[in-house]
Amino acid sequence: MLPTAFEIHDMTVAYNRRPVLWDIDLEIPEGKLVGIVGPNGAGKTTLIKAALGLVPLASGKVEIYGKNYRQQRHLVGYVPQRESVDWDFPVTVRDVVLMGTYGQLGWFRRPGKAQRAIADRCLQQVGITPLANRQIRQLSGGQQQRVFLARALAQDAQLYFLDEPFSGVDAATESAIFELLHQLRSTGKTVLVVHHDLQTVRDYFDYVILLNMRLVACGPVETSFTNENLQMTYGGRLTILDEAAEAMRQREPER
Amino acid sequence: MSPQLCLETLILGTLWIDTLSLTQKVMIGTALLGGMAGVVGSFAVLRGRSLVGDMLAHAALPGVCLAFLILGSRNLLELSLGALISGLLAIGIVAMLVRWTRTKQDAAIGIVLSTFFGLGVVLLSVIQKPHIGGNKAGLDSYLFGEPANMLSSDLVFLAAVATVVLLVVAVFFKEFKLACFDADFAQSQGWPTLLLDMAMMSALAVVTIVGLPIVGVVLMAAMIILPASTARCWTNRLHIMLLLAAGFGVAAGVLGTRLGRGLPAGATIVLTAAAFFVVSLLFAPQRGLLAKVIAELQLRKRIASEHLLRALYELNEPSLPQRVPVPIQQIQESRHWRSLPKLLAAEVESGLIERTGGNVLLTSLGMRRAVELTRAHRLWEMYLMQHAGIAADHVDRDADDVEHLLPAALLLELEQQLAATGRLPETITEVPDSPHELGGGPGASP
Repeated sequence: MLPTAFEIHDMTVAYNRRPVLWDIDLEIPEGKLVGIVGPNGAGKTTLIKAALGLVPLASGKVEIYGKNYRQQRHLVGYVPQRESVDWDFPVTVRDVVLMGTYGQLGWFRRPGKAQRAIADRCLQQVGITPLANRQIRQLSGGQQQRVFLARALAQDAQLYFLDEPFSGVDAATESAIFELLHQLRSTGKTVLVVHHDLQTVRDYFDYVILLNMRLVACGPVETSFTNENLQMTYGGRLTILDEAAEAMRQREPER
Repeated sequence: MSPQLCLETLILGTLWIDTLSLTQKVMIGTALLGGMAGVVGSFAVLRGRSLVGDMLAHAALPGVCLAFLILGSRNLLELSLGALISGLLAIGIVAMLVRWTRTKQDAAIGIVLSTFFGLGVVLLSVIQKPHIGGNKAGLDSYLFGEPANMLSSDLVFLAAVATVVLLVVAVFFKEFKLACFDADFAQSQGWPTLLLDMAMMSALAVVTIVGLPIVGVVLMAAMIILPASTARCWTNRLHIMLLLAAGFGVAAGVLGTRLGRGLPAGATIVLTAAAFFVVSLLFAPQRGLLAKVIAELQLRKRIASEHLLRALYELNEPSLPQRVPVPIQQIQESRHWRSLPKLLAAEVESGLIERTGGNVLLTSLGMRRAVELTRAHRLWEMYLMQHAGIAADHVDRDADDVEHLLPAALLLELEQQLAATGRLPETITEVPDSPHELGGGPGASP
């Protein structure tokens, strides 16, 4: 029996009192490649952010290798959505990848030779070594995504969260990223990926989380990625949940 | 350093300051302010928070007046504390307006900024009534700044603030950089982003406030924004940007004071900083407007040259492999040219064509280039027609738009794709037949 890498217990997340995720319960064994799938507004990004402690939980808890997230941060790598940062920021590709090592460096220590070696290795792994000294604006979308991936690799984590790494990238980058995810899995890492393209789920992942404000299914692709579950995930808006959430949001300010 | 040594340095420093002339003092003071404003301003500008400095400055005015009314002194430290308190209060009110009401951020900043400023102006006029403080209060220097009022003790205060601010930035450089660039990622690594954010904001607030008596509440924002924006034009590295911004700030302070004798110094400092900015905007390499215009002109020239070579190839095509002289008249009619004589002269210079009377002959070098270009053009056209389903009568124009920018690697990929469908010409030098009818480029037809 594989150890559990990632576990969510009865988690509810709300923005301004409007719940976006209800009562999520799931468990991911170590060494799986997991696709997080669901329609727009289903709470996929929120799930990741909650797991990383970036948004407060209304209730429930998140555990990484059996312990609270705060104690296990060093085990976690994160690739945010590409649009979440200002690509005009005055940093080079290597600067950004070096940021992955900041967590281990801790306060005040500057990245040195060892960190630069790590960064160079990660740049090579994603195949953008020649771009190391470019300002990050001068990259294509696919190359930018690779920079983020290299930064996450530099974190040297056990558990990775990737938020739409395939969005807006070229075909070559998509297969390169996928290749890399496979390598990670083969070294015992667990990788969770927010994914939009239903057609490739079967090819890319061995585990799937189907999400639409609440958890529809979580399990191996063969048993969980079924037509029935997909219909439950994508079949119309969940009007009752939606209205309930809206009601909770409306009630407050009027009082 | 032992505390005693610190104290001695401080005393010595103060003694040294007393030997300086007023102009020297003012120059050192404005240089210190410019330098630290450049550094903290860089972080603010990069995070799109430039206006926070403006708001702090304006909102500080009532605090300055109240501090004077309550404490009855003109001590810079006490007035600055008053300024800081009302500035922070304003920031808090903006945050609450955005959080709890439907006011948007920019509207909230505008509202709070002008309300506080209005209150400050009213208080200022009250203070200036003879029976309260009269003109002796000198607080109106806070409006537009008056460096000439600088006392030795003010200079020591400025130097101390500059030292602390620059030390904080130097010590937390890595942390600030990360939190500025990607706060979510920073937080996921466990950095206290809220605290770092507050540290950056506090540095900004402190620098803004100490700058008020020098450049004034109205112009202080410019000191925060201009050196940083100027520096951004010249570099793509954060640490270099900080150093440059500090340099531009110092230079603006010194030059502005120097040039503006007899004029309001705060204004001349800001104008100097603005001049640096305009020059950088125009002439900086890569990011400057001039560099962009030059690059655009070069591209146009290249495209025109490529069009000429291709036109010549097509006019030569019936008699290939023989190169034949082509009458200029014929070239003229083949497509729309912006300035054919100039273009021909340039190509003669680069040895691609020769002119004999009214005719143009491709040199062997020119022919080789022309073959490459035409081949790339037609391969691209074929690709567009077969894989992108674009109609034959549209394809020439679509190919034209893109082919000049196709990188070599993509061209190779194009060949592979066409080879896979069995449409690639056999030999590498062979140019495929045009997939559409020739005769008149896209510009020639009405």
